[in-house]
Amino acid sequence: MIERWVVQASTYAADIDGIIFLVGVLVGFWFLIAEGVFFWLILKFRARDGERAQYITGEEAKQKRFINWPHYLVLVCDVFIVVGAVRVWVEVKQQLPSDAEAQHVRVVGQQWAWSFVHPGADGKLDTADDIRTVDELHVQVGQKYIYELESRDVLHSFSVPVFRLKQDAVPGRIITGWFEPTRTGTYDIQCVEICGIGHGMMGARIVIESPEQHAAWIAQQTSSQLAANLR
Amino acid sequence: MAEHASPHPDHAHEGHHEEGFVKKYLFSTDHKIICFQYMFTGMFMALIGGFFSYVFRMQTAFPGVEVPFYGLVSAAEYNGLITSHGTIMIFWVAMPVLVAAFGNYLIPLMIGADDMVFPKINRLSYQVFLLSTIVLLSSFFVEGGPFGGAWTAYPPLSASGAYNNTPLGSSLWVVAVALEFVAFLLGGINFITTAMNSRAPGMKLYDIPIVVWFIVIASMLFMASVGPLIAGAVMLFMDQNVGTGFFDPARGGDPVLWQHLFWFFGHPEVYVVLLPAIGITAEIITVFSRKKLFGYKTVLNTAIATGVLSFTVWAHHQFIAGIDPRMAHIFTITTLLISVPIAEMMFVFIATLYGGSITLSTPMLWALAFVGEFLIGGVTGIFLGASGADIYFHDTYFVLAHFHYTFFPIAIIGTYAGVTYWFPKMFGRMMNDTLGKWHFWLTIIPFNFIFIPLFVLGAAGEHRRIYNYQNFPELSGEWFFALRELATVALIIMLLAQVIFFVNVYISLRSGKKAGKNPFRANTLEWQAESPPPHGNFAELPTVYRGPYEYSVPGRAEDYWPQNAPT
Repeated sequence: MIERWVVQASTYAADIDGIIFLVGVLVGFWFLIAEGVFFWLILKFRARDGERAQYITGEEAKQKRFINWPHYLVLVCDVFIVVGAVRVWVEVKQQLPSDAEAQHVRVVGQQWAWSFVHPGADGKLDTADDIRTVDELHVQVGQKYIYELESRDVLHSFSVPVFRLKQDAVPGRIITGWFEPTRTGTYDIQCVEICGIGHGMMGARIVIESPEQHAAWIAQQTSSQLAANLR
Repeated sequence: MAEHASPHPDHAHEGHHEEGFVKKYLFSTDHKIICFQYMFTGMFMALIGGFFSYVFRMQTAFPGVEVPFYGLVSAAEYNGLITSHGTIMIFWVAMPVLVAAFGNYLIPLMIGADDMVFPKINRLSYQVFLLSTIVLLSSFFVEGGPFGGAWTAYPPLSASGAYNNTPLGSSLWVVAVALEFVAFLLGGINFITTAMNSRAPGMKLYDIPIVVWFIVIASMLFMASVGPLIAGAVMLFMDQNVGTGFFDPARGGDPVLWQHLFWFFGHPEVYVVLLPAIGITAEIITVFSRKKLFGYKTVLNTAIATGVLSFTVWAHHQFIAGIDPRMAHIFTITTLLISVPIAEMMFVFIATLYGGSITLSTPMLWALAFVGEFLIGGVTGIFLGASGADIYFHDTYFVLAHFHYTFFPIAIIGTYAGVTYWFPKMFGRMMNDTLGKWHFWLTIIPFNFIFIPLFVLGAAGEHRRIYNYQNFPELSGEWFFALRELATVALIIMLLAQVIFFVNVYISLRSGKKAGKNPFRANTLEWQAESPPPHGNFAELPTVYRGPYEYSVPGRAEDYWPQNAPT
């Protein structure tokens, strides 16, 4: 459902859309049944002269089954949804890739901008060739990333809708998570936790590049930083 | 119980001398007057909250436009408006109208008592509530303006003027909310005690009307859950003004602690306001389909199950808030479990219609609309309770549309259902049915046109509390703005339609048909009193012989059988 409006640009986007679809089908089924029966009964049992309503207590076993069976079926649907949701959750939020296969990026929220620390040419954070940017995150398609999410002041929330990624940033903590981009392009980064007057303009962009483009961007950033340092 | 089984002797004198306006309406201990105080305050606040929604919807649909009757909206004002809208609608509309007003009016009348057990505590409850209202409203006029950190008031934003730029406004917000809780604690003590101790002779626990049961269960939920949040409010106030650091990580505190305290109260709170609305629906559906409730005990058990489970689901608001990700599994399971009793409750109401003799009067339309619309709110909640799906939906308009599909049926539809149904009892005159139906359709149809577009926007990734979506390229498309405009136009129509209601009230009060004691041929005890009931309620306190829903009993000439009619 969601991919019709927002493209899928991470490895787990399709899985999240999948659980949303599963929930949609199951609750859609119940919704249509319930509303269908509801309107049918309203139309069928309108007051007519000389006809009395039936006296039904709903306490006898024969009557109770009309509530009990739906009750059990709802429970079965719930089990399907729980299993699906937990599987996706574990994949997205719990199983981080190892440092061998992933690069780290640092994402820092503050009132009201995002700043990013890229690992640079050596692929490691906190080295001399780190590249710092504001409101623009550059990543490479097909590369796993572990983000280290921090906040300097209040709560923010790091959201990349095309990745289906969302995580609150909490001051005093470093929260880690991961993503792997699957298509190139430039997309929105949004702050989705209210963070003060400038919350409504706290957007950034994520630039997903091919390996060549990304290498070129790193080289260009490194040389311009070098030039700045020399001056 | 014995002392309440007969009217207080002094009530006999009260018909003789008219009390002054101030004593009668402002310092009354009569539960019916206190109901009106809560209801009018709540409706007044609803007008303010509704106006705010108009202003910020205009800004989201037409960013930067000068809003008629308001002017330009700044980013700070926008945040203040959305925060106040949420705070007002939940704490100053849903709570006072559904729990306090209906609880006050219905409990003594429906259990056959002459008043609350503690009438003076009851009066104090409203006075504290009025004080809290004044404190909240005063925050609009202080330097910096009202608090703008959303109705959930997450610290550190709410904890420091350096972050929120509304140091005074945010302190007044905390004080107002804490005072308001004190008011409802006082009220809740009364509701539970009265319903348990002052019932008319013969009224066993299973003879209590569902709405009374549900308000009592709601009061229990409220009293059990509000403690942590009052403690949290004190801590937040101290963080703001005394320099403590409960929620400040730089001083060893933890901002997420507030979220736990808030939602441990905040989620049961949903059911606190939901249960009275469902109870009202139960009364109306049985009367206007002339049917016994399909499984009285089933409904009661589902409410108790919902209440117990509601204490175990709070962290589904915090899936992505930085809690240990493994915790999400537990809260996904409990959240989906709570869908079972709530679904069952809806099934019971639908099943009650079977074999009925349905009259689509105005109150019945509202009650049926409650079921039909609340179902949408219920099923969309499943998306958000399922942790994997919530990653995408969290803090989007999908959430917003979801909880408006629960809170609107609760606070607006439930209230109109109750007011149109009990109006003849409250004021002794019938409401105009034609105006009532116009009001109904012009509220319900625009309501769906407001929030269905917002579901779509949320699914398309629109996140909440954004002053100007033009700052986000993916949310600035043409159809995004078209849907926002559609929702805004629908909102304006819906708000204007509320004039019909007030006109109807005015006309009906002046020239409505005299109602008599029991215009809807209902069973419950309030309809056996005069309309409106005098101070003291019943000329002679009733004795109860049967349950509240004995409609269309075979072999009887009448299709109703009042609870107090001797066999």
